[in-house]
Amino acid sequence: MSNEVVDMITVVIDGFEVSVPKGTLVIRAAEKLGIQIPRFCDHPLLDPVGACRQCLVDIEINGRAFPKPQASCTIPVEPGMIVKTQLTSAVAKKAQEGVMEMLLINHPLDCPVCDKGGECPLQNQAMSNGQSDSRFEGTKRTFEKPIHISSQVLLDRERCVLCARCTRFSEQIASDPFITLNERGALQQVGIYEKQPFESYFSGNTVQICPVGALTGASYRFRARPFDLVSTPSACEHCASGCSLRTDVRRGKTLRRLAGDDAEVNEEWNCDKGRWAFKYVTAADRLTHPMVRNASGELQEASWPEAIAAAAAGLQKTSAAVLVGGRASVEDAYGYSKFARVTLGTNNIDFRSRISTAEERDFIASTVVRAKTTYRDIDRADSVLLVGFEPEEESPIVFLRIHKQVRKRALKVTAIASKLSIGNEKLSANFVCVAPGSEATALPSVALTAQSVILVGERACESAGLLSAIAALAEKTGAKLAWIPRRAGERGAIAAGAIGNLLPGGRPVADASARVDVAAAWGVTSIPSSLGLSSDEIIAAVNKGTIGALVVGGVDPLDGENHHEMLEALQKAFVVSLEIRPSAVTTLADVVLPVAAVTEKSGSFLDWEGRSRNFEAAVVDSLQRSDVRLLSMIADEMSKPISLSTVKAASKEFASLGNWDGAPSALSLTSVQTVSALQANEALLTSWRRLLDEGSLQQGEENLAGTARKPVVVISPKRAASIGVTDGEAVRVSNSHGAIVLPVLVEAIHDDAVWLPRNSRGSHLLATFGVASGAVVTVVKD
Amino acid sequence: MTQLTPVLSAHWDEKDSFTIAGYKRHGGYDAAAKALKMEPDAVIQLVKDSGLRGRGGAGFPTGMKWGFIPQGDNKDHYLVVNADESEPGTCKDMPLLLANPHVLIEGCIIASYAIRAKYAFIYIRGEVTHVVRRVQQAIDDAYAAGHLGKNIFGSGVDLELVLHVGAGAYICGEETALLDSLEGFRGQPRLRPPFPAIAGLYARPTVVNNVESIASVPAIIAHGAEWFSSMGTEKSKGMTLYSLSGHVTNPGQFEAPLGITLRELLEISGGVRAGHQLKFWTPGGSSTPIFTSAHLDTPLDYEGVSAAGSMLGTKALQIFDETTCIVRAVLRWTEFYKHESCGKCTPCREGTWWLVQILRDLESGKGSEADLEKLLDLCDNIMGRSFCALGDGATSPITSSINYFREEYIAHLTHGGCPLDPHAATVFASAKAGV
Repeated sequence: MSNEVVDMITVVIDGFEVSVPKGTLVIRAAEKLGIQIPRFCDHPLLDPVGACRQCLVDIEINGRAFPKPQASCTIPVEPGMIVKTQLTSAVAKKAQEGVMEMLLINHPLDCPVCDKGGECPLQNQAMSNGQSDSRFEGTKRTFEKPIHISSQVLLDRERCVLCARCTRFSEQIASDPFITLNERGALQQVGIYEKQPFESYFSGNTVQICPVGALTGASYRFRARPFDLVSTPSACEHCASGCSLRTDVRRGKTLRRLAGDDAEVNEEWNCDKGRWAFKYVTAADRLTHPMVRNASGELQEASWPEAIAAAAAGLQKTSAAVLVGGRASVEDAYGYSKFARVTLGTNNIDFRSRISTAEERDFIASTVVRAKTTYRDIDRADSVLLVGFEPEEESPIVFLRIHKQVRKRALKVTAIASKLSIGNEKLSANFVCVAPGSEATALPSVALTAQSVILVGERACESAGLLSAIAALAEKTGAKLAWIPRRAGERGAIAAGAIGNLLPGGRPVADASARVDVAAAWGVTSIPSSLGLSSDEIIAAVNKGTIGALVVGGVDPLDGENHHEMLEALQKAFVVSLEIRPSAVTTLADVVLPVAAVTEKSGSFLDWEGRSRNFEAAVVDSLQRSDVRLLSMIADEMSKPISLSTVKAASKEFASLGNWDGAPSALSLTSVQTVSALQANEALLTSWRRLLDEGSLQQGEENLAGTARKPVVVISPKRAASIGVTDGEAVRVSNSHGAIVLPVLVEAIHDDAVWLPRNSRGSHLLATFGVASGAVVTVVKD
Repeated sequence: MTQLTPVLSAHWDEKDSFTIAGYKRHGGYDAAAKALKMEPDAVIQLVKDSGLRGRGGAGFPTGMKWGFIPQGDNKDHYLVVNADESEPGTCKDMPLLLANPHVLIEGCIIASYAIRAKYAFIYIRGEVTHVVRRVQQAIDDAYAAGHLGKNIFGSGVDLELVLHVGAGAYICGEETALLDSLEGFRGQPRLRPPFPAIAGLYARPTVVNNVESIASVPAIIAHGAEWFSSMGTEKSKGMTLYSLSGHVTNPGQFEAPLGITLRELLEISGGVRAGHQLKFWTPGGSSTPIFTSAHLDTPLDYEGVSAAGSMLGTKALQIFDETTCIVRAVLRWTEFYKHESCGKCTPCREGTWWLVQILRDLESGKGSEADLEKLLDLCDNIMGRSFCALGDGATSPITSSINYFREEYIAHLTHGGCPLDPHAATVFASAKAGV
């Protein structure tokens, strides 16, 4: 960063000079020289603690030597400092060997049966910086092995070296201080509090940063040896945070995923969903063969040529539209986008297989395509405004980044919402409480500057007039704006033009020169000029009979408000479904084409910043194909080729198109809807999806599900008093479509609102109510 | 022959010495009233001039510590009195608080005024219920008398004094662990810097002083810096409490100028118990390296003890005669350190676990002479490698005892166990050993 002046300090370590920024710790200055000082408690993203004493070195400053070796993980460099590590100081070497010997006296040395064996900092550093033999002949301290500290994390207290990385992570990074060190002396141990279990969305990081095998993940425990795994750098497919991951595969099967290092994005962390929700890939019901509906109306396995021919024939017969979910990679979304325009000759494509509005579509074309806000902007922001967005639940790494600044410099956070969330409490957010649907009315009260950051979630579209009001507010104040969708593929789908009003690179369909641009690049005479329909409009058009065929990729009908209409449309239309597992769509489809899951293909996502997150195929010998390749085959069969036979080709062509440099489309203000007066026992529904819920990509992960937050109905104290319930009692929430009964939690929420988790166990709002927010429901004691 | 100089202990023999009336009879709280009429900086200067050094063990100049508190910083300042006296052998602060709690309260008023603190805390160990009750009563009486609370002595100065009872952990005598504990957390030492003077209690500038240090202040204000510095030696000024315990005829507190010798103190206290000779002793509690009869004439001030290879510490003189088994004594101390290690750092946590096992073997005659070298090497790997001074302290009895009594360690091995009769060292031992 050119505008930040950094004071450099030069020190001598083992005879070598090194210049590092002021404040750098000695241990890290040594790293710059390639000198590895052994360590356990030290972690660059945690506050120094100096507990393990493994990194002792000799230090002198301007000729004055410290009388005893110092922990290099706690001491910042100073001018005139001369450091002697174990490489040049006999005292430091002996001190380190002494500490290592002591660390091992109570360690069980059960490396042959330990998950960490082979990638263990204790094992490695005992070899590099310890002695070959121990002089300990006494009795080791023993503990019961291992204990569950949550359904997904196990603790082996015998192996623990008490470095406090896990407890410091939980307190400092995740703000979930549910584990702590208990007892004292050699009996000190990591402990939990039975009334506040270790149910943190980020608990997996403690397993990853544990420098020994004390913390292990329940789903990976005893599954593999590290040296049998093949690691592939990957990107997380769950949310739009954009985590860099590492996927570890043995013989074609993913055994674990770890957070990757990316200082700009996820630093070294990820959430438990990204870490532990990947069994859907190896689910027993994975689709493996193409299927075609036969003459008697049954889906029957078919050969690839048969299936491709059947798909092409069906699509050729009638007007067709494309529904691609928000989970496609950029390359696949680009394939769908080009397939719609070139092969099907239509702009009727929409990635928003969820609640969506025309206002949102305009907001995307006018504002999202131009948004350049990044994680760095959060780092530098003078305040952050959250609207229709719960970072901890909907984009957890954004939460960690905001929390980092809250902790470091008391960054001011304001949240406009109907309910105060756990996450916003942890951010010490100023909670601006509004009734569902009235969010826009609270915007003028928030003080913003050009250094402020507004983070708006995809749920904002559920409140009419909110997105356009936010865009106007950002324009007026100069505040940086970012739209954070929930799914990993949405920002990429926008860039790829998988929406009716945009062509690839943010080019407006309505702009003739933009269409000419794309037509020229694709080698076609023209691009359809009429604006494409939205998901909801496409479904309506099918039911009206004006659209006869659908290409559907990765869509769950229950993600939208109109699933009855959607199921009807799927029945009516000729449907080509590209899917990884059987779904409501594949059941009704005429041609089902199995596709590759993220770990089986290469590609990229764009995170909420618009930053490209590349991933390679981790399971290299997979027989599954990426969507874009199948679309290319169908297009060939239809003699309207898109010529994207590989992911690489799609990626290359998409990149060559570049971004639109013309004027973006304008956004007009949408009026805010006024809410009609509520009757007694009526409330306005508000909800969001919890990070850990019944999402289809989390299926089969019992250990992960064990730490999900318990489903509850949340109402205000006033409403609780009026219907006569207290915490834990059953409450019934209903509308004309159905009812949900859950225990109640009386909390800070708008008096007119009732909150339920959108898609958790026993609380599937869209399936039950057909709505998820803003609608009137009845709340009574059950 | 050095004479005793009772100041803090001057009136302990009076029946009501612990009451506010008893304290005031001898001019109690006059010093506070006097100090509150001075400039706070002048109070600090006076304490600096007196040469008073911390009586908790480290001997840091008290006035200088007060002077470190940044002034005009618009932050709350705190005074914290460390009354967590837990070192084996150390027994000066509790008798002082039992006999004269008001002198500490008066010291708190003066010190808080000097460092501009409106809140002061006394952190006292939880086991001493009777002392806790007496100090709490004294605080209540001082509040009732208008010496604490709002506008004390009509000076416009406010001071709230809170007695906090610890839960019984040796580590909480370490000043930063004490602060953690006082804040309601588990007591473990904090990383320094920042030092308490910059970020102490609740991250505010804080002075942490020993009971005796603060209790010495009223007399300095009353009689002046010169009076105080006329006592003691060149760099160790004033009078202090020496606590004699163990195999001594009249154990107890002996208030004398710094620099008095054990020979003199033994003379005053009636000598080693009848019929026995001095074998070894601690100058300042169990974590100071032991001395032998060769050190009877060592001046008991900060420099004198240090020059002889130990530390003045808390001036807890534990006297052991020739009936005491050195291995047994050292093992007991080491068991204490193992029990009290907070667990934060590896050398102290694991090292004390290991030391105890080796010493137990040695006491029962198992092992070999090579184990002594192992012990010394382990101590070398703990000393100066641990997070706080507790680890260092744990090694002192071992290294010093092997230095002076190696033969006795070896005798355990050749004898197949302890060659001494443990009963002979007890207070209930009859003339005939072993009965």
